[in-house]
Amino acid sequence: MKKQRILGLFSDFDKAISVIVDIRQYRLPGVSVDDITIKSPIEHPEIEEILGERPCYVPWFTLAGALFGLVFGAFFLSAAQANFLVQPQGGKPVITTMTNLVLIYEMLILFAMLATSLGFLIGGRFMRRRSSLYDTKISLDQVGIEIETDNDYIEPVRKLFTKHMALEIREGKP
Amino acid sequence: MMAEKTAQAAKDIDETIAWARINADVLRSMENPRKGYWVALAVCFAIFMVGVAAEVYQYDVGMGPSNLNNPHMWDLYISTFIFWIGMSHSGTLLSAILHIFHVDWRKPIYRFAEAMTTFSLLTALLFPVIHLGRVWNMHWVFPYLSDRGIWPNFRSPLVWDAFAIATYLTGSVLFLYTGMIPDLAICRDNATGWRKKLYTFLSVGWWGDDRQWRNFRKTYMIMACFLIPLAVSVHSIVAADFAMAIMPGWHVTSFPVYFVSGALYSGCAGIITLFVLLRYFFKFEQYMTIPILEKLCKLTFAIAMVWTYLNLIEFAAVWYGHDVPAKEVLIAKFTGPYSPFFISMLLIGMVLPFSLAFQKVRRNPPLLLAISLLLNTGMWMERYMILAPTLSLSFHPYTWGVMWPSFVEIGIVFGSFGLFGLFFFAFVKVFPSVSMYEVKEMVYHRRRVVFDEAEEKLHPATAPATASASSEDGT
Repeated sequence: MKKQRILGLFSDFDKAISVIVDIRQYRLPGVSVDDITIKSPIEHPEIEEILGERPCYVPWFTLAGALFGLVFGAFFLSAAQANFLVQPQGGKPVITTMTNLVLIYEMLILFAMLATSLGFLIGGRFMRRRSSLYDTKISLDQVGIEIETDNDYIEPVRKLFTKHMALEIREGKP
Repeated sequence: MMAEKTAQAAKDIDETIAWARINADVLRSMENPRKGYWVALAVCFAIFMVGVAAEVYQYDVGMGPSNLNNPHMWDLYISTFIFWIGMSHSGTLLSAILHIFHVDWRKPIYRFAEAMTTFSLLTALLFPVIHLGRVWNMHWVFPYLSDRGIWPNFRSPLVWDAFAIATYLTGSVLFLYTGMIPDLAICRDNATGWRKKLYTFLSVGWWGDDRQWRNFRKTYMIMACFLIPLAVSVHSIVAADFAMAIMPGWHVTSFPVYFVSGALYSGCAGIITLFVLLRYFFKFEQYMTIPILEKLCKLTFAIAMVWTYLNLIEFAAVWYGHDVPAKEVLIAKFTGPYSPFFISMLLIGMVLPFSLAFQKVRRNPPLLLAISLLLNTGMWMERYMILAPTLSLSFHPYTWGVMWPSFVEIGIVFGSFGLFGLFFFAFVKVFPSVSMYEVKEMVYHRRRVVFDEAEEKLHPATAPATASASSEDGT
């Protein structure tokens, strides 16, 4: 079946929440809560709770980055000190384990932060072209609910948006 | 009416302010600042030019005119380097701490404070380069493979410095940039011409959907958690440059803590200075409010008291530790040729903050501008007083000698303030200096709390615990 997307713009979060609550209570056939994307001008954890558990993998990127930093700091620096940066030590150890702890600590944080940023870019699906249903009012003061559903169910969604006083309704292709 | 006005004046922000107005005010600030902004920019440029002229002269004739000589190899350049590293501390560190604890009054002021961090670090990074002389050979300090066989000494805190500062700069820029992405999208939606292209590129496709917000929230929190230990490590490593040497007056256990508290102190004073300037230049009276300024002053006062205590405990440790050379340096600080600087530093750093205990002072922006500038002058002298007296009275009597900075050195240090100002004022003209989306959140949540409380009072039996405001669209 052909898929279609529809965006309703609402003046506040309460009206947007009412729409989601209706969908969660199965008042709209053919549409589930997983088909919903909320677009808002501010962060709103409460409304995301209503949407249900959705995954976020950023902490895994952080962990991977931190571990890489740890290993890089420990082994790469030691290897560098033992090979191409080796110098006359006057009897002291070539690899400066204790002082390397400081550098390992810094490398851990550096790579953890870099990996976190990478996880953010990947997890948030950035670097993509503008959605045809994006409206600049979303970055101003309106809350958007975008639903992707089959062509046949677009009309009931439109009615639900109208019932909850949507300020504007727009349609587009996925 | 009067009571309403008084109540409004006591609030961190007016929660009735419309969301659309927040966007309009902040975007306007990037287009149309007061004339004072242009005057400040011109003054910074002139100051920077003084530094450029001094550096060109030093470049031309060599390091002689800077008066740097054995044993005074570290002087104004390195003390100013420490000063700028210190200035960089409060912005990101305080922003991260306040973010973790969900302190919402940070929201209108954290952006410029974080920018202050980045530009302070960039300014600081100039000084090791200038200090080493022969700037055209700077690449020699990097340990790339070459027939010169460069051997970085990993035991030296100077090498740790390079790692720590590079990590801190990267982390601070990422933190500043990540926190700015939703605002860059707002700018993109409202800009034209080159600005539109710039903001479209920098907003990396932010469309404000729940997936992006969810990832954003986690990312920003994780970054804040990493930045706190990182910021502490950076300045304690800078302190290790001194504390790990055996020079009298430097080899002190409390130096890292002392440096971190000094950094926070000067950073807080720097935030107050920029707060007052931006509030005036961009007509941000509704966002950078007096109650927020008061909180900043109280924080500065508290940090000043910690710094005062650490100073006194350092004196006590040296005095009762009975390390004779260190004791002589301490006595020389009070009685020797540098004593006017040292005593001024103590008066400014320890006594002047008590003025912040008075509400009349805390609510007077022009006076606070003067006080914060004085506090930072004191903090700059503190860094100079760490270096100069110790170097003038080291272990070997043949190295004893007072050294005063030359005009070339003073000119370059002076110019660095112009450079910082140029960076900063250019930034606030191109990027939003107040976080629009976070101020909207602040307004939204405060309004909701007010609404919930009123609802509970009116209908105690029926009001739901999680009632939301009926209208948060900002109208």
